[in-house]
Amino acid sequence: MHMLPETQTPDTARGDVSRRDFLKLSSGLGIGLLLEFSLLGTACSKLGIGGKQEFTPNAFIHIDQDGVVTIVAHKVEMGQGTYTSMPMLIAEELEVDVSKVKLQHAPPDDKAYGDALLGAQITGGSTSVRGAWKPLREAGARARMMLIQVAADEWKVRPETCYAENGEVVHQPTGRRVPYGDLVEKASRLPAPTAVTLKDPKDFKIIGKPVHRLDSPSKVNGTAEFGIDVKVPDMKIATVSASPVFGGKLVSVDDSDAKKIQGFQQVIKLDNAVAVIADHMWAAKQSLAALKITWDDGEHASFSSASLREDIAKASEAKGAVAKNTGNAPGVIASADKKLEAVYELPFLAHATMEPINCTVHVQDDGCDIWVGTQVPVVAQMVAAQLTGLAQDKVRIHNHLLGGGFGRRLEVDSVAQAVSIAKQVNFPVKVVWTREEDIQHDMYRPYYYDRISAAIDEQGNPQAWQHHITGSSIMARFFPAAVKDGVDPDAVEGATDLQYAVPNVYVDYVRHEPPLPTAFWRGVGPTHNIFVVESFIDELAANAGKDPVAYRLALLKNAPRAKAVLELAAEKANWSTPVAAPAKGKAGKGVSVLFAFGSYIVQVVEVEVDPDQQVRVKKVVCVVDCGYTVNPDTVRAQMEGGIMFGITGALWGEINFEQGRVQESNFHNYRMMRMNEAPVVEVHLVPSQENPGGIGEPGTSAVMPAVANAVFAATGKRVRKLPIAKALTTT
Amino acid sequence: MITLNVNGDQHDLDVTDDTPILWALRDVVGLTGTKFGCGMSLCGACTVHLDGKPIRSCVTPVSAANGKEITTIEGIGASELGKRVQDAWIEQEVVQCGYCQSGQIMSAVALLKENATPSDQDIDNAMSGNICRCATYARIRSAIKLAAGQPAAKEA
Repeated sequence: MHMLPETQTPDTARGDVSRRDFLKLSSGLGIGLLLEFSLLGTACSKLGIGGKQEFTPNAFIHIDQDGVVTIVAHKVEMGQGTYTSMPMLIAEELEVDVSKVKLQHAPPDDKAYGDALLGAQITGGSTSVRGAWKPLREAGARARMMLIQVAADEWKVRPETCYAENGEVVHQPTGRRVPYGDLVEKASRLPAPTAVTLKDPKDFKIIGKPVHRLDSPSKVNGTAEFGIDVKVPDMKIATVSASPVFGGKLVSVDDSDAKKIQGFQQVIKLDNAVAVIADHMWAAKQSLAALKITWDDGEHASFSSASLREDIAKASEAKGAVAKNTGNAPGVIASADKKLEAVYELPFLAHATMEPINCTVHVQDDGCDIWVGTQVPVVAQMVAAQLTGLAQDKVRIHNHLLGGGFGRRLEVDSVAQAVSIAKQVNFPVKVVWTREEDIQHDMYRPYYYDRISAAIDEQGNPQAWQHHITGSSIMARFFPAAVKDGVDPDAVEGATDLQYAVPNVYVDYVRHEPPLPTAFWRGVGPTHNIFVVESFIDELAANAGKDPVAYRLALLKNAPRAKAVLELAAEKANWSTPVAAPAKGKAGKGVSVLFAFGSYIVQVVEVEVDPDQQVRVKKVVCVVDCGYTVNPDTVRAQMEGGIMFGITGALWGEINFEQGRVQESNFHNYRMMRMNEAPVVEVHLVPSQENPGGIGEPGTSAVMPAVANAVFAATGKRVRKLPIAKALTTT
Repeated sequence: MITLNVNGDQHDLDVTDDTPILWALRDVVGLTGTKFGCGMSLCGACTVHLDGKPIRSCVTPVSAANGKEITTIEGIGASELGKRVQDAWIEQEVVQCGYCQSGQIMSAVALLKENATPSDQDIDNAMSGNICRCATYARIRSAIKLAAGQPAAKEA
């Protein structure tokens, strides 16, 4: 992939991005065909925002006179492969070699670059391909039709007698050919056709075929530029220490020792943090360590993991806002002869992206430049405008590759902090958090406390299902309009759309906020709820004395796609063949079924549990029906990575608190899966003509209960409180 | 003043002796391909070669590089083996976010330099100090085997 050198950013970030602005943005691209199209189109927004009916010039393709195709990427690349799948969608209909497509990061603009599903310029929620699937192909098709029209006019033939191939228009009867570059000037004067015909999927040449990732070359030779790699003339480096207790304030700083350190420049005080600016990171770190800082801990200096758990357990006694109510589940359960009930708990989790949090800012009188890798450029721009008092269009966001996102880079706390630091100096400053700061001042996946119960009939099947969820509402902070009648749609996602046939279902939600910041984490709502649902269905199967797969299959009678995926997974994983136990210890297989993000996934996990109760995941068989796959190898890669991300969390992930302070600090006590611990992951894709589903997150959500269910199969111990390693070694 | 020899170029730096090579490279020399991940030799993102041996540059001071040759991800492709490993990474579609891959490749090249035909166990031993949060481990293993001329069949 060729990321273009950064060019001017349009100064119209709030309004419509016009042709003129794009030409400014793309200065250096020269004369060519510029096509505007709408990603929002008439799509209904999932979140209820955006989705205006009018045509808004929205994202852009440019073809220059050399035939080079440039698209402005409205999504960011954080490993999920979107910088390969977006060009594939356009190249398919435009009939060009995908490796010839160049990408440019989009400037911040919700209206121009909003996602069709999210209604805003956000990379998250496994939406990139789902939202762009149709609009990007249509954009490619429109451009192709215009180029064919110009060629046909020149040759004085009917357009129907021409076709496009490999960046050229061909006249079928005579074999005459003309490259796109020769046509773009005239094509740019044509109106874009309103009606487009997309290819029949059977004619796809690029979509659905493995394509080498376009971002690989720069990522294997050190030239890929992540936010942390930015170099700006006269830039200094800062590192920061925020109040160790959430909500605490800075009282005073003594920098007399720090001043002696070579490379020290100055101390910057913020309300709740202190930063040191220095010539380089080492001097900044040394200087920060040499400061004598006095904090006012504020009101949150006493809570602990134990007290937080007491609080949430108590909160869960309240009646919740009703998210789903079919039949009369509470009544049926209350009067049932046989019932099963359980409490499930999921811990706080940090994101621990490999690229620690960083942000580079230069605040000047007439504008502010921000270099960062963010999933939410518009939000970053807004917060910087507020803090600097500048108009929003005077804040220029220079977006970069993300060294992992996982939800962490949906937040702009660190952007706000960096702007607050940079405001106090007259040069650019790169703020880099240490790993310790990154883990101890993350915004955490919330703790959830779920009570779940079922009424069971004579055959052991659930007649009523009641799921009572208690936890923080991320949506109430992130996007309040999405919270309706007290129900946070994220907090209940994966709980309300039960695939199993149960006549009475009741799901409700109690919002309970801990005294610390919470945020989305890979797999969002389903990572929490699928764990609870798939663990509990496994409990019901065990209670009925039935095989976990057979029990689920019988209950999936109204969910044919889920059922087909489960049948295939059972076959691929040789479900009916018991797993051989190791010489010492035990072994078992567990299964889980997921429907979320528009995708169906079944995973079968094999674990070994040694005599010291250490769990080793040996193998994961993953069957995916995510609709039409744009780049099959990307789907595989996202499953492999998502699965291991989930296993890491399920086995070891937990953030603990004492005296209001995070106890974990680096990879020695916030454990990551390593190569010697990685299972074999086998991914099977179900061929499908359905619309694409998301793939960045569900692998993570599906695997956690499959691991816990395998541990149950091996040991007979049901893990109802994550992480698993701790559950098995404590009583 | 200290002189660092990086990828064959001499750099005179005005940093203290205890400055980790990582920060000298990134913030003073300006070579940002070498990544900061943990600062405690726990993740391997900062791996470079010192006279051909892999070291964690986040905990190795510049004084340890006196008179020695540092090779970074920006320079590793100049060797036949380095290029072969980079090509194998592309062929096996290893990268996702890519942030840790500089360190992974430096560790892999160091392994293959010592052991041209590593076993799975050898690969585990050499590579388990390098964390990949995107968990590209199976593909890293395949890429190492491909670079070593061994069959590197991808997962089904």
